[in-house]
Amino acid sequence: MQLVLEKRAERSGTIALVSPLIAIGLTIVTMVILFAILGKNPLLALHAYFIAPLTDSYSLQEIAVKATPLVMIAIGLSLCYLANAWNIGAEGQFLIGAVAGSWIAVKTQGTDAGAWVLPAMLVLAAAAGALYALIPAICKVRFGASEILTSLMLVYVADLFLDYLVRGPWRDPHGFNFPTTAEFDPVATVPLLIEGGRLHLGSIIALLVVAAVAILLGRTIKGFEIRVVGAAPRAARFGGFNANQLIILTFAVSGALAGLAGIIEVAGPIGHLQPGISPGYGFTAIIVAFLGRLNPLGILIAGLFLALTFIGGEQAQIAMKIPLDVTKVFQGILLFYVLACDSLILYRFKLVFPNRQVTGGAG
Amino acid sequence: MELVEAIILAVLAASTPLLIAATGELVAERSGVLNLGVEGMMIVGAACGFAGAWLTGSIFIGALFGIIAGTLMSLIFALMALGLAVNQVATGLALTILGIGLSGLIGAGFVGERISPAVHLHIPGLTDIPLIGRVLFGEDGFVYVSIALIVGVWWFLYRTRAGLILRACGDNHVSAHALGYPVLRIRTFAVMFGGACAGLAGAYLPLAYTPFFIPGMTAGRGWIALALVVFSSWRPGRLVVGAYLFGAVTILQLHAQGWGVGIPSQFMSALPYLATVIVLVLLSRARTGGSTAPAALGTVFVPDR
Repeated sequence: MQLVLEKRAERSGTIALVSPLIAIGLTIVTMVILFAILGKNPLLALHAYFIAPLTDSYSLQEIAVKATPLVMIAIGLSLCYLANAWNIGAEGQFLIGAVAGSWIAVKTQGTDAGAWVLPAMLVLAAAAGALYALIPAICKVRFGASEILTSLMLVYVADLFLDYLVRGPWRDPHGFNFPTTAEFDPVATVPLLIEGGRLHLGSIIALLVVAAVAILLGRTIKGFEIRVVGAAPRAARFGGFNANQLIILTFAVSGALAGLAGIIEVAGPIGHLQPGISPGYGFTAIIVAFLGRLNPLGILIAGLFLALTFIGGEQAQIAMKIPLDVTKVFQGILLFYVLACDSLILYRFKLVFPNRQVTGGAG
Repeated sequence: MELVEAIILAVLAASTPLLIAATGELVAERSGVLNLGVEGMMIVGAACGFAGAWLTGSIFIGALFGIIAGTLMSLIFALMALGLAVNQVATGLALTILGIGLSGLIGAGFVGERISPAVHLHIPGLTDIPLIGRVLFGEDGFVYVSIALIVGVWWFLYRTRAGLILRACGDNHVSAHALGYPVLRIRTFAVMFGGACAGLAGAYLPLAYTPFFIPGMTAGRGWIALALVVFSSWRPGRLVVGAYLFGAVTILQLHAQGWGVGIPSQFMSALPYLATVIVLVLLSRARTGGSTAPAALGTVFVPDR
């Protein structure tokens, strides 16, 4: 007796809908086991992770703040992945966007520069993120170099470049030698939505991005081309769609969104440029994109859920001394289950009995 | 002269983890499987390797822990990418994300601890030969293992029937299946070998390279190993050249920082990563006569019955 995969006649709509939920359920079961191994009360830990952050206004706002970069980056990545272009360097594009936008903030510091500063920062950050993403895209299209490896290598380069800037030319002279720029001026800061709260304008921008990409994918020819090139490359070639042009386009858009997310994070919740501005948003966004089934609305929900795990992880660390790395393990396991469950949309399990005819003949 | 010897020794040490990890990945890719989780398997190998050596006081057992950890990680990959026919790129990424988290969790208790690193070979007379003595006869065991591994892999791939079958799976899994070869089983073994090598390469870092564990200590070496396989055009001989070249770049930038060249250290540290990008571009460009990659690399295979 043997368990094998068999291709379904057509993709299963039911499983497509419930597979993210099954994946989350399986992840939680796995986490309960992991908490038990770590010697923590699983029920209390789950409460700290998933319920406690939902019970007070501050944490709820904090979830939206964390979800903002995740959703923006993941939306861009979903376009790439739909077109079968593997941008995994969003973390680097996020950092470069943050650096480019901060350049204006640092240069206008202490001057009487007006309200143009923040919009200029956002535009420059998006442009820089897009240009940085174009490096692997062009290497891929012109030379055939693997975009997976080049985009990832550029993450380390961006990280070191940011490190150089805040330890060198941009270091705050009154910052007690800490590697950070001075606090940005009010005109270079993303405004808060609620006075004294945490929620800022960036979350609105993220929602606009979700809506715009939903329209792009669902209502425009470009969106249709992106989906066809990824799902059926041969059909796309017959249709005369230019796959290379779409790689360039999707990389540029995802780089721009990652860059925008970078400057919003720096000019918003953080308020200055420093190393470690991202707890791996660019990589977590990959999980968000897949958990959201590469669908804009799905990504919004998935982004909020992953943000919940970040906040829950912090609370679990404070309340129960559960290491922060558990959150990363959790996110990795979640991605595995999501991918595994997605496989069941196209395939189903079947029990086969090898040599059945032989045994049948003997009996 | 002493400096030249020191630099050669340092280059060998920096190249060894790259060579070991890339050797494993080469075999996996030759069987048609693209496992992007090398970084994740390496970092778990590093954490488990250090834990093993710290608990038992034996470098050998530490290395064994690393190998087992890497193999277990690769089994998760095999289950997903081969058993469930999941996209290999996405699965590899998931493996890396999981590995970074797991290694942090496993290694947390060992941060700040030290062990005595792997001993170096010493043959009286031979090791004392100036210039080449220590390079040839004074390395730690990992260096010799890495060379044995790559020679063994070359012999296996090109001189044995099993190696031919493995390459057949990588070039055309449908034909290999039609000939009656168990494609998925062969690929599973290839992936496990890749995992074992990645685990050993990871364990090398805290056991021989630096005698302590820090989270994220692989610092992208797993990804560079993946790039090296591309660089080598999937050939063991060129892999050796590539690994030592990259080791040399790493060491040269370290020395340049030490000599106080007027370039900020961060720019020097970025060199190996930039070099990877440039090499990938140059090589892909030079390869005009069709790709040398295994033809079925990274494609899903579900045997029909």
